[in-house]
Amino acid sequence: MKLFVKLNLVLLFSALLFTSQLTWAALVEVPSFSARVVDLTQTLTASEQAALEDKLKAFEATKGSQIAVLLVPTTQPEAIEQYAIRVVDEWKVGRKDVDDGLLVLIAKNDRKMRIEVGYGLEGAIPDVYAKRIITETMTPYFKRGDFAGGIDAAVNQLIGLIEGEPLPSPKKANLSSSHLEGLLPLLLFGGMISGMMLRGVFGTFMGSVLNGGLIGTIVFFIGLSLLGAGVLGLIAFIFTLMMGGGRGVNGYSGYPTRGGGYSGGFSGGGFGGGLGGGFGGGGASGSW
Amino acid sequence: MSMLTLSGCGYNEFQSLDEEAKASWAEVLNQYQRRADLVPNLVETVKGYAAHEEEVFTEVTKARASIGGIQMTPEMLNDPAAMAKFQEAQGQMTSALSRLMLVAENYPNLKADQGFRDLQAQLEGTENRVTVARNRYIATVKDYNIAVRSFPKNLTAMIFGYDVKPSFTVEDEKAISTPPKVEF
Repeated sequence: MKLFVKLNLVLLFSALLFTSQLTWAALVEVPSFSARVVDLTQTLTASEQAALEDKLKAFEATKGSQIAVLLVPTTQPEAIEQYAIRVVDEWKVGRKDVDDGLLVLIAKNDRKMRIEVGYGLEGAIPDVYAKRIITETMTPYFKRGDFAGGIDAAVNQLIGLIEGEPLPSPKKANLSSSHLEGLLPLLLFGGMISGMMLRGVFGTFMGSVLNGGLIGTIVFFIGLSLLGAGVLGLIAFIFTLMMGGGRGVNGYSGYPTRGGGYSGGFSGGGFGGGLGGGFGGGGASGSW
Repeated sequence: MSMLTLSGCGYNEFQSLDEEAKASWAEVLNQYQRRADLVPNLVETVKGYAAHEEEVFTEVTKARASIGGIQMTPEMLNDPAAMAKFQEAQGQMTSALSRLMLVAENYPNLKADQGFRDLQAQLEGTENRVTVARNRYIATVKDYNIAVRSFPKNLTAMIFGYDVKPSFTVEDEKAISTPPKVEF
């Protein structure tokens, strides 16, 4: 009897210990959004990953909508839905205010997957469609162990659905006013340097004209309207004209007058992460 | 100048946090409404295969009716009693719906029905949206309550009548931290 009680106590105690461990178990960390395809399970080969990344990148460039793929070993102790919303809240997949982001999440050891749909795509991809893509497309592939094939097929279908949705074109939406605001100091600084160089080479007036033209062209290519580019170009022209005397400008005459050093930063094609898209828990989950 | 003093005492902060809480509450209501809107279709579809499961149908229909009777305006958010009543009604709806889905489990033909599967996907998605909206509401109310309670802002809050808002209860939080699954 005593032994029984003791045993019970031990059981109770270990049960308590177990549950407390469960509640205190750390949540799975959200990895950094370093690429459109993040595979923490080493499931995809390098070439599969690159091919998928290229596809998503090209789609993002033409349609503007951002799709991310994440493979994790597990989301325990959380359900896949809870982990997914934490990931998209942190990654902010999709464009700000358009909210056209999408996350395909696979928890490999849990044998669960989820398609998390941004607010702006809930019309193009209702839960029902997301569910069908999961059960009818992904599940059969995953059951065969063909993860790359399943993800690729799902991504193709998702792209097909989004293609039919009228969304703002990518370039315009990419350049929100806040984006430009961040560039202004850069433009001002770069414009001053190029202005000094151009003045040194072409003289005060011609140099100012050229600098105005240069700034205007750069701004235009970044994506501002013709009018905006013209105004900024004019400002650069006047600014260069009125810039301090010609002291020391000779020192710059040997420099190449490309002046484009500061535009390289964004045409470089590096992945910039999420763009501020919002999510509200739309989408579907499944298992295989 | 007056802006400066006002912002120092937290008045503006209450304003914006209060608005935020109202906005996230609107989203909660929105998603609950979405769920309620699924009910008639769901009941019809299940009835098509399991007509004699009267009990669960009436339970769901009743739950929906009682929800319809509660108008939870943002102004009522500060009323703990109204909040509790609202939660209870939605809780009844949650359990009635999960019982309905459990009943469906017993009918293989129903489970194979594409219309039913679509409705099931919609219900799952909506339950998840409710969870997300509720969690966000809880977070905004927490921010608001911290602002209202902490010194010296609590003095301003007292003067202008900004009360601590009731949030979803702990019991509920436990329920929603488990995944809202109606899967079988």
